Amino acid sequence: MDRQTSRREFLKAAGGAAAGLGLGSVIAVAPAPATPAEMQEAIRKVVGGARVTPGKVTLDLPPLIENGNAVPLTVTIDSPMTEAEHVRAVHVFTEKNPQPNVVSFHLGPRAGRAKMTTRVRLADSQNVVAICELSDGSFWSDSAGIVVTLAACLEDGI
Amino acid sequence: MASALINVPERAKRGEIIEIKTLISHTMETGFRRTQLGALIPRDIIRRFVCTYNGTEVFRAELHPAIAANPFIVFSTVATESGTLAFHWTGDNGFSATESAAISVE
Repeated sequence: MDRQTSRREFLKAAGGAAAGLGLGSVIAVAPAPATPAEMQEAIRKVVGGARVTPGKVTLDLPPLIENGNAVPLTVTIDSPMTEAEHVRAVHVFTEKNPQPNVVSFHLGPRAGRAKMTTRVRLADSQNVVAICELSDGSFWSDSAGIVVTLAACLEDGI
Repeated sequence: MASALINVPERAKRGEIIEIKTLISHTMETGFRRTQLGALIPRDIIRRFVCTYNGTEVFRAELHPAIAANPFIVFSTVATESGTLAFHWTGDNGFSATESAAISVE
């Protein structure tokens, strides 16, 4: 009986210490995340005053990822990619990373197909937005939500 | 030193859309991490990737700290003529790497 109590107390104390340590290190290393408002600001910087319409763009992200340090991201745009009608640029933004910008791709009719893939870091479960600029000056977007189990940027350095 | 892996088809038919895969080894240090002593690790990332086809730019990317370590970029281009595809990465602390691949177009 006595032994059981002491084990329980030990676990409680250990759990508390671990939680305190975890929280402490998160506060110590976590940079201030960007907010959805900052993302909107970053988007405004890219598109200017133009209207961004949802559609034409497909942003492929896994719905759930264990490790936020390398998340496969594919952007596909429905465009014939001809001289007259093609995609000029694609920009990717996040809500909760320390910085809202992720990547900008610049392409043209010589790309043949408007599809590009890369791997990104995500600091939290959040929405990711892809915006494309077409040759006629219009902007189109798509967004995807993702759940990140282990966030990027939180591990200790050297 | 940086080492890059490029995947470009050796030959293609004229007008065919070819897929190009590039991978370069780089830590892409975000500038947001700290050492255990609390000192900020300075940012060291690749900022820019450019692909030229016989001297003409066909694809360009601007990278931010949110790109995973060892940047992997896949894109496509139209095989117009035989020649060289050159890849160029530039970044912080004077980082610069160049790689090229030959393609023959029938």
